[in-house]
Amino acid sequence: MNKSVEIKNLDLEFGAVKVLQNLNLDIGKGEFLVLLGSSGCGKSTLLNCIAGLLDVTAGQIHINDKNVTWAEPSERGIGMVFQSYALYPQMNVEGNLSFGLKNAKLPKDEIAKRIKRASEILQIEPLLKRKPAALSGGQRQRVAIGRALVRDVDVFLFDEPLSNLDAKLRADLRVEIKRLHQNLGNTMVYVTHDQIEAMTLADRIAIMRGGQIMQLDSPEEIYGRPVNKYVAGFIGSPSMNFLEGRIEGDVFLVGDLAIPLAGYEFASGNAVSGEASLGIRPEHVVTGELVGNAPFQIDIDVSLIEPTGSDTLVDCEVAGHPFRVRMDGQAKIKVGERLRLGLDLSKASLFDKTSELRL
Amino acid sequence: MADARPSQLFRNKSAKIAAIPMIVTALFVFVGGTAWTIVYSFTKSGLLPRLKWVGLDQYERLWSTKRWIVSIENLMIYGLSMLVLVFVIGFILAALIDQKIRFENTIRTVILYPYALSFVVTGLVWQWILNPEFGIESIVRSWGWESFAFDPLYNADIAIFGVLIAGLWQGSGLVMVLMLAGLRGIDQEVWKAARVDGIPAWKTYIFIVIPMMRPVFITTLVLVVTGIVKIYDLIVAQTGGGPGISTEVPAKYVYDMMFQANNLGQGFAASTMMLLTVALVVIPWAFLEFGGSKKRG
Ligand SMILES: Nc1ncnc2c1ncn2[C@@H]1O[C@H](COP(=O)(O)OP(=O)(O)O)[C@@H](O)[C@H]1O
Ligand SMILES: [Mg+2]
Repeated sequence: MNKSVEIKNLDLEFGAVKVLQNLNLDIGKGEFLVLLGSSGCGKSTLLNCIAGLLDVTAGQIHINDKNVTWAEPSERGIGMVFQSYALYPQMNVEGNLSFGLKNAKLPKDEIAKRIKRASEILQIEPLLKRKPAALSGGQRQRVAIGRALVRDVDVFLFDEPLSNLDAKLRADLRVEIKRLHQNLGNTMVYVTHDQIEAMTLADRIAIMRGGQIMQLDSPEEIYGRPVNKYVAGFIGSPSMNFLEGRIEGDVFLVGDLAIPLAGYEFASGNAVSGEASLGIRPEHVVTGELVGNAPFQIDIDVSLIEPTGSDTLVDCEVAGHPFRVRMDGQAKIKVGERLRLGLDLSKASLFDKTSELRL
Repeated sequence: MADARPSQLFRNKSAKIAAIPMIVTALFVFVGGTAWTIVYSFTKSGLLPRLKWVGLDQYERLWSTKRWIVSIENLMIYGLSMLVLVFVIGFILAALIDQKIRFENTIRTVILYPYALSFVVTGLVWQWILNPEFGIESIVRSWGWESFAFDPLYNADIAIFGVLIAGLWQGSGLVMVLMLAGLRGIDQEVWKAARVDGIPAWKTYIFIVIPMMRPVFITTLVLVVTGIVKIYDLIVAQTGGGPGISTEVPAKYVYDMMFQANNLGQGFAASTMMLLTVALVVIPWAFLEFGGSKKRG
């Protein structure tokens, strides 16, 4: 893999607070990498280190095979887009796009050319003479992306660019960012706490927690084979159901149930035994006619129903543990009704009770 | 029917009723007082106001009085220097403190402290500091530099700058805290964006941050300018207008005419001139600021 950004043994401390510790990350050329994690886990801090907006405590950062650990942000070949747009409010859109270029003493016709190209790509040509105050949130963020675009750089950094927008705009602009990446082929590093954004945009996702990367993998891998219980619970909405029990031979014992483990691929290749959590995604539980094919079946009482239109979420209890099932939006079901569920462990996850690592 | 729009006059009735005493006071005291002063500036009032018309006599006398001319000159010199320096000093102090320095609260308090003093105290303090026998001059001389001379308050040509030093000492802290509040209101991401764009810090201040702080600048400007125009107590405490008439200011002229020279008419004329000057500055500015705001939306 051709590397675009390399982060080696990065440490970052704010006084006594260690935010990032010995972090290593390689990002390939043209890759769309999403840093995903809950608030305060150090995503923005990592992004600011890559941008050069924070001085690292130890370690190195290379961009395009150049050591830029101590280079100024403007010399690193990066463009950045912020959550609050961070436009210059007293300048019109054209001024916002050109201010940095003028300051870098680029020739006038080159500036004009770049602005023309960026505004065509982002469809902001009619807005060029407007001030940011006269733009909608989505338009402002487009201008902010344009400001990164005109810098003509290889690496784009996004810090929660869609978090200030309403749901509909967020979905629209998400598609546009994905299209932009497909057309430009730049490396993009994208920070978000929204797993839908991460899943839809990323080539690879880095799940962060407490300043460390828990798992760095494709969205399918992260969804299908989370490396630990935290990642498993973080990814997926509604989140994964966990049953605490014990592996004995080829069954998982929980309460008075014995769920057969046939079809489960152990991470080590060999079956293990001992205390464990079994994780099952609500969408991997089958209901209705398909139940007959499932290797394990159980009857439950429906305690709560959450219809979302496309799906219906059903709350119940399995062996004393709260359990959620996703059913088709058309399903006719009532609270208190008995429902037969079918479980297939080939799509499930097992985690060690103490280390919480995938078994 | 409810489709008739309720009259604007009767909306928020209780709020309007509550505001009536204040409106009446404002009309009586400010507008009435102002009008009364202007009217009596065309009379020959002495110890007591008398409606004996003398036309523009009071104004002619005013503008041929050396002391009034000096007062106006002093106000110009003091005002312009104060305005420029207090903004420069206040902004630079604020920008320095904004660099996330340690002991910020202590430093901010120390610098703001003089503002909490009355002008009389400031004036007396600086009268002592600038006194050749006790202040800076005597201290430097005691270190061995025998020929050192620094006695602005005793030199009629530069005495007003001695007052300026005291004014700056007192006023910079207020400008600093206002500017600091303004700087703190700037989104940190704007700074980051400017750094990614490669804009040097001084350019970011001048082209991005200061324009964003326009409302703070206007508030500060109003506070500073009113402070300058009404300067009186600092002069009385520090120099008494001397040496000679070298540090006289318009407000002191008004006061002295009205309450010491028993020449009300002259005092009214002088204060009307002060009002006129302020109006000449404020009215065009208000038109620019509020007249244009409708178009800007
Ligand atoms: N300037 C700072 N000084 C001290 N601590 C900070 C500073 N900036 C961030 N932190 C801390 O570092 C941690 C990571 O912050 P951040 O990277 O902004 O998280 P997020 O993943 O939400 O973007 C947080 O716990 C935050 O409190
Ligand atoms: Mg953040």
